[in-house]
Amino acid sequence: MITYVVIFSILAVLLVASALYAVIQKDLLAAVISTGVVSLILSVFFYLMQAPDVALTEAAIGIALTTIIFVITIRNTSRNEDETVDNNLEKF
Amino acid sequence: MKKVLVLVLLVIVGYFLTDTFNLIPFGENRIGNPQDEQTVAGYYLNNTVEKTSVANTVTAIVVNYRGFDTLGEVTVLFLATTGLGSILFRRKEDEEEIERINKPSSSLMQTGSRVLFPLIALLGIYVFIHGHLTPGGGFQGGAIIATGFLLMLISYKNFKAGHTMLNWVESLAGITFVSIGLWGLLTGGTFLENVLPAGELNNLISGGVIPIIYIAVGFKVAAELTGVLDILLNIKPKK
Repeated sequence: MITYVVIFSILAVLLVASALYAVIQKDLLAAVISTGVVSLILSVFFYLMQAPDVALTEAAIGIALTTIIFVITIRNTSRNEDETVDNNLEKF
Repeated sequence: MKKVLVLVLLVIVGYFLTDTFNLIPFGENRIGNPQDEQTVAGYYLNNTVEKTSVANTVTAIVVNYRGFDTLGEVTVLFLATTGLGSILFRRKEDEEEIERINKPSSSLMQTGSRVLFPLIALLGIYVFIHGHLTPGGGFQGGAIIATGFLLMLISYKNFKAGHTMLNWVESLAGITFVSIGLWGLLTGGTFLENVLPAGELNNLISGGVIPIIYIAVGFKVAAELTGVLDILLNIKPKK
């Protein structure tokens, strides 16, 4: 039981940390990979919580498909976050 | 005329909603008590195995008891794919070769994905054929097959997922789902009624229409997601 709690806590901290990293990071490619890591940890969570079918979905869609679709989009647009959007936000 | 029609529909919907809510006394727990068969959770957990002989209760709920919801979900995915396709799909103009936007990948990647693709496809097919016995089902299996196609699409420049083929697979799977539902309506009385014999627990061919529906859903999801990836990979970058 105590090992379960320890593994769970470490994974939870990693999950929140990589999600925060994805929000803060200006390099969009790094942010996308970081959301992929979020999905990976989330699918481990689903497995630990005895929902293996949800874990399968999260693994296939969250880790592989969504990440690749975002990577393709970044390839077609620009890799760095658009700074003008931030400037616009400051006006409000 | 339109307003009258809307009013009539609203009255019908309102009548059935209040009727349903009047059946349940206010404040009574009808959702989550596994021991009590009067609640939803208890009914599913205690009756699924006997009535449908499906080992995976989640599948029985998703495909049989809540099958109409699943039809809605499949429709949502179909609409999303159609929307993306109508925005991004480029019809091939005369004498023009649409080029894949990715660079050709290394021979290591090509050989690796050629070895991995059949295995991934096999795993996906296993997951949706055994949807009623083991965890997983149509959505999961379809997504796994789509990742296999993704691997092939990004490693081989000449690998093409034919759109006519994908559309046919998708349409036939959708038609199968709806016609099984209508068959249930005609013979059993409700839409998606499980009309086939339930069979023996833990057999591959058991659970009535559940495996057929999940195989159809698997093909549909795989075709749709592969179509999305193919469309995305074939956009021409701005010069």
